[in-house]
Amino acid sequence: MTDSTTNSLALYQPVSGDFAPAIREESVEQISRPSLSYWQDAWLRLKKNTRAIVSLVIILLLAVFTLIGPLVWRVDPALQDLNQVSQSPSLPKTATLTEPMSSWQGVRVKIDPGAPDAYPEDFSDRAGFRLADDDPTTQRVRLIWEPVEGVRGYNIYRNNRLPDGFNDLGLPLGSTFANEVSYEDRLSLEAREYYYAVVPTDGFDEYETFAQLKVTPTLTLTLEEALERDLISAADNLKPGDQVTLRFHPLGTDYLGRDMLARLMEGASVSLFIGIFAPLLFVLGGIIYGGIAGYIGGQLDVLLMRFADFVVALPFLLFMILFKIAFGIGPGESGILPMLIALILLGWPATARLVRGQVLQIREKGYIEAASLLGARNYYLIFRHIIPNTMGVILVTLTFSVPAAIFTEAFLSFIGMGVAPPTPSWGSMCNEGVKTMLSHPHELIFPAMFISVTVLAFNLLGDGLAEALDSKMRARE
Amino acid sequence: MLVYILKRLIAGVITVWFIATATFIAMHQVPGDPLMNDKAVSPEIRANLEEKYGLNKPVTEQYFIYIGNMLRGDFGISFTQQNRQVNDIIRDHFPVSATLGLLAVLFAAAGGILWGALTAIYRNRLPDIIIMFLVILGISVPSFVFAALGQLTLVNLNSLVGRSIIPVAGWGSIWHMLMPSLVLGLGTMALLTRLMRSSMLEVINEDYIRTARAKGLSTTRIFFKHQLRNAILPVVTVLGPQIAAITTGGFVVELVFAIPGLGRYFVQAVQQLDYTVIMGTTVFYGAFLVMMVILVDIVYGFIDPRVRLS
Repeated sequence: MTDSTTNSLALYQPVSGDFAPAIREESVEQISRPSLSYWQDAWLRLKKNTRAIVSLVIILLLAVFTLIGPLVWRVDPALQDLNQVSQSPSLPKTATLTEPMSSWQGVRVKIDPGAPDAYPEDFSDRAGFRLADDDPTTQRVRLIWEPVEGVRGYNIYRNNRLPDGFNDLGLPLGSTFANEVSYEDRLSLEAREYYYAVVPTDGFDEYETFAQLKVTPTLTLTLEEALERDLISAADNLKPGDQVTLRFHPLGTDYLGRDMLARLMEGASVSLFIGIFAPLLFVLGGIIYGGIAGYIGGQLDVLLMRFADFVVALPFLLFMILFKIAFGIGPGESGILPMLIALILLGWPATARLVRGQVLQIREKGYIEAASLLGARNYYLIFRHIIPNTMGVILVTLTFSVPAAIFTEAFLSFIGMGVAPPTPSWGSMCNEGVKTMLSHPHELIFPAMFISVTVLAFNLLGDGLAEALDSKMRARE
Repeated sequence: MLVYILKRLIAGVITVWFIATATFIAMHQVPGDPLMNDKAVSPEIRANLEEKYGLNKPVTEQYFIYIGNMLRGDFGISFTQQNRQVNDIIRDHFPVSATLGLLAVLFAAAGGILWGALTAIYRNRLPDIIIMFLVILGISVPSFVFAALGQLTLVNLNSLVGRSIIPVAGWGSIWHMLMPSLVLGLGTMALLTRLMRSSMLEVINEDYIRTARAKGLSTTRIFFKHQLRNAILPVVTVLGPQIAAITTGGFVVELVFAIPGLGRYFVQAVQQLDYTVIMGTTVFYGAFLVMMVILVDIVYGFIDPRVRLS
């Protein structure tokens, strides 16, 4: 207090306007912000997490892909398109119809095998290596070359790229004797560039010289084949030389000519079914088991948890395999159910431990005591108070269990212990794709990508959920 | 400490017994029969074979024989590989798997601790963002894809150089081990990096770090003596289960890289329903893993005195 206030107090003259009834302008009790439930609050925070939301969208898209995809893309995943085996992703292709395959005599010459010392120094110039006719097709490629004196035979090679020297001629196709200077290649030809090479031999060993030829066969189909494979009908009255449109495979085909997109969709339903249902079921089992152990406590708790510890100690993958064969796969079964059972039998203890810990914590909370003082029965306490309060942690576990289950399924299917063929799963598709990885990488890349993206999405969503559901971080603004 | 170790060992023995029993029960549920696809066509031969392997005895008796043999460390004779003891198979092929696993664990632990610490120090800056992106990749991509990519890299590398500097598959020299252990450790490394990062972030803001800094200690000394040592503890705890994951996860890597490890033999034995090999390998692996977890726990007890007391 300074002097001036004392002065003004002394000078203060009260007027009646200063005396007004006190009005409470704002209720102090009023809650100024809307009340948010636990889940609403968590959702608000999850919405701010871009990565989690993107993951959620990806998961929804995967669900659409799995459930609605097969309705839109009506291609039988088991149908083998023999015209397009191991084909890369491409636009629809057309093929030319040809006459039925005819046999070819080739070119034979009368030649006297000269003295073995007649060494063809440079064969490539003198070979005259060329096509027998002007239209190499995927049905056959016919090659001829000029005979060289002194050699006892020829070896023919085919390479998918330009040979890099004598040791890189590619696939050995066959060999001929000295009097046969032609070769017909009918070995699974595709409409792509090939480099053929012919190497003269002395009957056993090759001379280190070769002639090469680039050939690009056109995609053709005989009339009978087209009819047999339902590409045309007899009513169309097509003649050799006409064009026919082949089946469309947007993501290509696998090594048996099956449509990748359709197989990925069916594989998604297998992988996601196992990946989602197994965790759902074992988490449920874990809730019941852990809930009982935690709530009842005492000797039973010790006993139950000791058993859970034993199950945790089992070597997971070995027992997955053991249980899977123990539940058996009969002929014609897909092996999905045994895998589901095995996953459930081995998966529950982690959730059980977690739920037990949560229950033990919550049991001691004041609101439980309050509720039981008010006369709440056990089952009311469990279902109304304890379980809803553990739901956040459980949801996070569930989200993280999904990628783990998908991984396990893929892993087992990859080593041939999982889903039995012909049922596709992403893991078994990877297993098949890895064998043709070098020549047809798309057969491995697509299923591997689907596994990775799914696992990634569930992991990121799990991270986001864990953050959003952590009550320590409740929204403050 | 001694009491603690003893307690853990006793629990470990019981766990191994549980694993053995579970294996036995599971194997006896398997439909089909190991003698079915062999030469056991005539009933006499079949009876002889059953006699030899003790398959004609009641299940409980078989169980006691099995447990008794195992206590003596005898896992029996292989059903499909003539005159080959399961012990021999384990002795021949487990060292290969163990070497591979050990290298992978070392690689994963060293990498995980290093990258994790780095990301924590460079929090929200470029190194952190890049490493964490790779970590997410490492967690999401299945190991067999890494194995395939690793092999592809070697093929390309060798063809680039013009000769085979690093072998693409097989086992023998240290060069053979390089890529498989790298591939095998990758997933675990990603996991450990994440763990190390969060534990390092907690440590970094502790009061004792500020004290150390105020005392004028150098940054490297604080990093090694104070931050790293304290942040490493949670990483050690998960190392036990991770060793388990790596050793059994070696199956795929062994298959892809054609390594003669125990995992490959296990898969083969399962395909041929070779009872004794399956049971022997499973129990052996189980015992090994239990031992590893106990070992890690004991090491942890030495590092962190708080564990011993509780």
